[in-house]
This record gives sequence, structure tokens and C-alpha cells, in this order.
Amino acid sequence: MMTHDPFHGSAQKGRPIYLDYQATTPIDPRVLDDMMPFFTEKFGNPHSQGHLYGWEAEEAVESARSKIAALIGASDKEIIFTSGATESNNLAITGTARLQKSDAAGSQKNHIVTCVTDHKCVLESCAALEREGFDLTYLPVSGNGLIDLDRLRGSITDKTILVSIMSVNNEIGVIQPLAEIGAICREKDVFFHTDAAQAVGKIPLNVVEMAIDLMSISGHKFYGPMGIGALYVRRRPRVRLDPLFSGGGQEQGLRPGTLAAPLCVGLGKAAEIAALEMDDEAGRLGRLRDRFLEKLLSRAEDVTINGDMEKRIPGNLNLSFTGVLADNLMAGLKDLALSSGAACSSGSDEPSYVLKALGINDDLAAASIRVGLGRFTTEQDMDFAADAIAAEVDRQQTHPGYRAPAA
Amino acid sequence: MGIKHPVYLDHNATTAVCPAARKAVACALDMTGNASSVHGPGRAARKVIEDARDRVAALVGARSADVVFTSGGTEANNLAIRGLQQGSGRTRVLASAVEHTSVLKAAPDIETIPVDSEGVVDLLALDTMLSEPSSANGTGPALVSVMLANNETGVIQPVAEVAAVARRHGALVHCDAVQAVGKMPVDIVALGVHMMSLSAHKIGGPAGVGALVLAEDLAHSTTLSALILGGGQERGRRAGSENLPGIVGFGVAAEEALKNLPKITNLAGWRDRIEDELGRHAGVRVFSGGAPRLANTCCLTMPGIAADRQIIAFDLAGIALSAGAACSSGKVEPSHVLAAMGVAVDEADTAIRVSFGWNTTNQDIYAFLTTWDDIYARAKAVIKDVEAA
Repeated sequence: MMTHDPFHGSAQKGRPIYLDYQATTPIDPRVLDDMMPFFTEKFGNPHSQGHLYGWEAEEAVESARSKIAALIGASDKEIIFTSGATESNNLAITGTARLQKSDAAGSQKNHIVTCVTDHKCVLESCAALEREGFDLTYLPVSGNGLIDLDRLRGSITDKTILVSIMSVNNEIGVIQPLAEIGAICREKDVFFHTDAAQAVGKIPLNVVEMAIDLMSISGHKFYGPMGIGALYVRRRPRVRLDPLFSGGGQEQGLRPGTLAAPLCVGLGKAAEIAALEMDDEAGRLGRLRDRFLEKLLSRAEDVTINGDMEKRIPGNLNLSFTGVLADNLMAGLKDLALSSGAACSSGSDEPSYVLKALGINDDLAAASIRVGLGRFTTEQDMDFAADAIAAEVDRQQTHPGYRAPAA
Repeated sequence: MGIKHPVYLDHNATTAVCPAARKAVACALDMTGNASSVHGPGRAARKVIEDARDRVAALVGARSADVVFTSGGTEANNLAIRGLQQGSGRTRVLASAVEHTSVLKAAPDIETIPVDSEGVVDLLALDTMLSEPSSANGTGPALVSVMLANNETGVIQPVAEVAAVARRHGALVHCDAVQAVGKMPVDIVALGVHMMSLSAHKIGGPAGVGALVLAEDLAHSTTLSALILGGGQERGRRAGSENLPGIVGFGVAAEEALKNLPKITNLAGWRDRIEDELGRHAGVRVFSGGAPRLANTCCLTMPGIAADRQIIAFDLAGIALSAGAACSSGKVEPSHVLAAMGVAVDEADTAIRVSFGWNTTNQDIYAFLTTWDDIYARAKAVIKDVEAA
């Protein structure tokens, strides 16, 4: 792993150590190498049928599709390229719901189940459908961030179209019981969609074993490029969708528009690398994380770990420090690129809805930071981070000027 | 180099990424940072995205704040039409018969505005259509969608006039300018349209990024509903983490395109040369020769020779071009553009499109001309033999 390590010792070079791998990941140099020719000499439109430029681009796109399919146990034709996980989530949720609605021939189904800690774009898609007249159930989570399977089972009715539950939470890294959710959905004969943006390439996923019908994938969350994602759409039994937009019929009509061949190639390569290295990488990150945590807990006072520690990807920690404001903490940690939550609705001061859903009080939620580590994070980075965070937390906990205002 | 790459005369399908944009994309690919993150890398990403927004805005004379980045032209067209329908309840949509399929299929019940035999939109017909109630949608306020330049024929539509007619009837106007920008001066204010679609990979930028540009008077209202919902990016008009390298590449390509505009308009010399030389053959028809056209596009027939056979012959000779739009792969369907111009199916089936761009050379044009002559001579000989037998 050390041979491709763009951020090794990065703090020394005057750039902060990147510990925000759930917001986005650096592109793997091997991915970049595969992509670059498709920006230049192999620039053809993969939909051009008359010449070499088109054919070589198409061949590369199809090879990438196979690699993505292989990573999740799907077949090639079940992979639809999109512009990213947000689009995939919108397409999966709005697409299945709107199709039911337009399927006027008697379908009375109008109910969707999701989870309060799902990604904003899932919740926004659901809210839009609610405004269109669909019924929504938002499942709560336990204090550890996981859903209750009995509650899920109880929420599904004969009107339910779809259950959409994320695989891994972007803020707290917890892994939902996918196989169990899939089994319940299969038994109840409803579609199961999972936003796997934070899970693909991090944990083993298999759409057959987990009975997943729709799965959203993002390129830039696992060392692929931004601007590309995919939606897995089961063919047997077939999941039918109403597309978000119309056009030249590409991607089986589900997602028209010229495919960006370099980006597809990059996503394919990212999938190929993940399939090979995921297991070792997870072990390495787990050791790094544990070492970091041990170091931090031995020095810092009043630390809370948010979210389940067992059912969690190794590359995520979400920590609250009593008596400290996350914004102040981040401002004091100039050598670390950290986040206080999801990198979405930038700049908003609202406490994280995910942490609130765990029952964490506003003070602790406002004191939370997310530490995201990944492929290019080194032991040095994490040692440095543990020291820096412990020292800054201590400074702000003891310095009267930094005290969080009494609520 | 491996495989020898052919002469590329299919720039309306896609263009190679120009060197400056390539460099910018490569740099951006090395940046890590989600533009919505507040830390240093996130802020750096935000800054380059906003610089790119300025550059794309400048290409069409818009304000930066009114540029909404999308995944490409198809999404931009859909956002304009579907987004407006969903956001404003304006269900009536009129589009010219020669629009790209992503416009024509963006909504059900789109009414088509006819074009004349040159492929130019019929302004009088538009005026009449807007004056009369439509069967499906009554007389409610409409959206008119007319492209600036056609991908197959290169015809430049009288969009300013379209906008004037439409505005007189209280209609909003969308313009698909995907094929026009970088090939002719484009000014959203002068054209008087409310929305304009752009695509990066048609102007030397990377595929996978485009934009819907809003005019100031539309941007102030909130009538556009997002098709992709989520984290509130792009002022709530298009969610999803921004495609940083794509957007950066688009910005640089836009800047280059603006700078190179005088050079591109010079390409008309090549187009005219092709049409002069090949037009001498009896029966060769150049489509839309009498209409204002892009300098880089030429759509013409080879009498009696099916387009797909021509394409294969050209490909074997090392020349890449196409029969029309590079869309729904595989299917050889008669061109809806030529059909709308009243061209008979038999003749339309013999039409190919030659489109050149920023890296086309004199030698490429020469190769095309000699190959065309060669293919035609051989094909005619075969036809003669068949007829004699």
C-alpha cells in the first residue's frame, strides 16, 4: 500500500492530514492511470457505432460495468451508470414509486419505508413523494444507530412498495443488518433498496445473498472519480423504474445521456481494486482506528463514541467531547481536515439529525467530530491526530473562553 | 501508440478533451475535497468550482450565480422542461420537430413546431400554435424549447425571434445550445431565452458534466423544481456532490472555446470546400445549404449508398464519422431531423454527417474528400455491375 500514498506525511508538507474519507476520498493513482487515456486519445463517444473511437470507449465502459457487477455479485446488465449516489438514490426511490402511480391498472400501493438516519438525498426524495401523496414510514434507530428488525417487519403493509435503508451511515459508520432486512422484504414481497455509497468497497456486499433489489453506488467514496455512480437494478425478479429523465435511450432507457467513458472506467477500476484489497484494507484500518482510539482515550477526558462499535466500518469514528464545541475544535485543529458531520448542507449550524436520532442531546451533538480514515491514512497520521485532538480538547475543556455556553 | 487512430470527423458526437482542459482535469483529480466540506481541502474545492462557474457563465454572457451544473446536456434539457413543469405547473410544452431526443421525450404531449425544408423553425406556425388552445393542455402558459444549432444539419435557428414570439404570448423559452456554444457567439441576454442547456464534452471538455444556465428574469422566480433532490447543492436546483474534475474541465474548456471562437468560425472554409467539391456529383444533396449553419457541420448524401455502408467504408479507410446522432446505440433509425424537413426516407438513408473541431487539420479534410470519391466510385461500379447483370 505504501507505494501509492499521496498523503504520506502530508501535514509536514503544509497541508492538513486528510481525515474526512466519508465526505470524499482521494482518487487512487491506479484508477487515475486507467482513466487518463479516455480523456485524450481514446476520447470517443461510447454510443458512436460507426468507428473505432466509439467502439473502444464502449468496450471500456462495458468492462467497467462487469467489474462493478462482480464486486456486488450482480450481473453486468443490472448495473446502470449514473452521475453519482444522489442521482441513484433519487432514481431508485422516485423511480419505483412513480411507476406504481402511473401503473394505473389497479395498483393501490403507495407506501414507502425508510429510516430517519438515511442520507439527506434519500429523505428529500421521500419527502417529495410524501408531498405527491405517498405514505411514508420513517423507522427510528436505537441508541447505537441500528434499526429494529421487528419494527421494520411491523411497518410493512400490503400497500408497501419499497423499503429503503442505507447500508452504512455516513456520519457514524454503522452497518445496518442488510441480509436480515433483505430477507424480511423478500418474505413480504416488497422491493429493498439500499444506499450503499459508504459501504461499497468497504464491506462485502452481495445482492443475491442479501436479497437486495436496488443498490446505490458512488465513485468518489471509494477512490474512484467524482461525477459517477451506479444503480444496481435487479432483473430477476425484475424491478421496473420510471426514469428521472428522458433522452437518447442509453442505459436501457433508465438513464439517458452520453456516458462519461473516463469516469465509468475509473469506477470500474475502483471496484476491481476494492474487490482485491478490501479484506486486508479493512484489517489495516481497524488496527489503525483501535490504536488511535486507545491513544486518544488514554489522554482525553469525557469522550463519547457515537454509534455502535461492533457493527461499524473500520474507517469511521464519531466522537463527542463533553464541554467542547465541534466548530471550535476544528478551528483549533488546523493540521487536520475533519468534519463535524455530513458534508452536504454546507455551513449549516443545525446539529446533526443523525446524532439526534440516536437520542444524543444537543450539547453532545454539537461537540461531535467525525474522523474518517482510509486507504492513504498512515499510522503516523493517526498518531499525530490522536495527539493533536487530545491536546486541543484538553485546552478547550480547561480554558474558560472555550466553554460551550450553558444550554 | 498501439492502434492507429483514424481521422476524427465526428466532433458533434464528442470532442477530445483539449490540452488546457486536460491539464485542469488532471490537477483536479489530484485534489481531495468535497466542495461542501468546511475544512481547507473542501474550501479549495469550492473555490475551483466557483471559478469554473464564472468561466461557463462568461461563455454565454450569463451571471455566475445562474449557472446550474448538471451531469450533461441530457440532464440539463430534462431539468429545464420537467423541472419547470413540476415546479410551475406549466404543462404545455412546444418544441421544434428537429430537437434532440432528450428534449422531445422530456415530457408527454410535447407539441412539435414544424420546420421548413431547410430545417429552420417556422415562426408563423409557432405564433399560431401559441394563439390557439392545444387539445391536451388548453391555452395555459407554455414553455417553448428551440435549439440554437442542430446536431445533424448544423442549422442555426432564429432563437431570438422565437423568444420574441414566445414572450409576446407569455411563454417561457428554453434553448438547447449544446451544439452551438464554442462554434458561434452565444449570448443568453441577446437571445432573450429563459434557460439554456450546455454540455462540456461537445466543446473540448470532459464527458459527464453540463449546465443549465438561467436568465436573470427566471432565476429570480422559484419556478424550477429540482429533478435530483438531496444535500441542497447548486442552490437547491441539483443535488449531489459536485463533479469537481468535470466542472473544472468544463470551465477551462469554456474559456478556451471563447478564446478560439474566431478560429472555429473559419472552419466554414472547409465545410464550403467539401460541399463545393462533392456537390459537383450529380444527385449529391447538401442539407440545409440555404440556411444559416454552424461552420463545422456538413450533412450530405452519397446517392444510392446507404449511410451505414458509407460509415463502414469510411471506417475501413481510417475516417471516423457518423450517420447522425450518437445516441441510443445500435439502432439505425431514420433521422427525425431530416424527416421533419420533408426528406424522403430513401434519400435520408444515404446521408452522413461530417463534423470537425478544434484539432481538425487540412489533411483530415483532404483524406475525407479523396476517400469519399473513392468510396463513391467503387459503389457506383458495383451498382452498374448489378444493373448490367
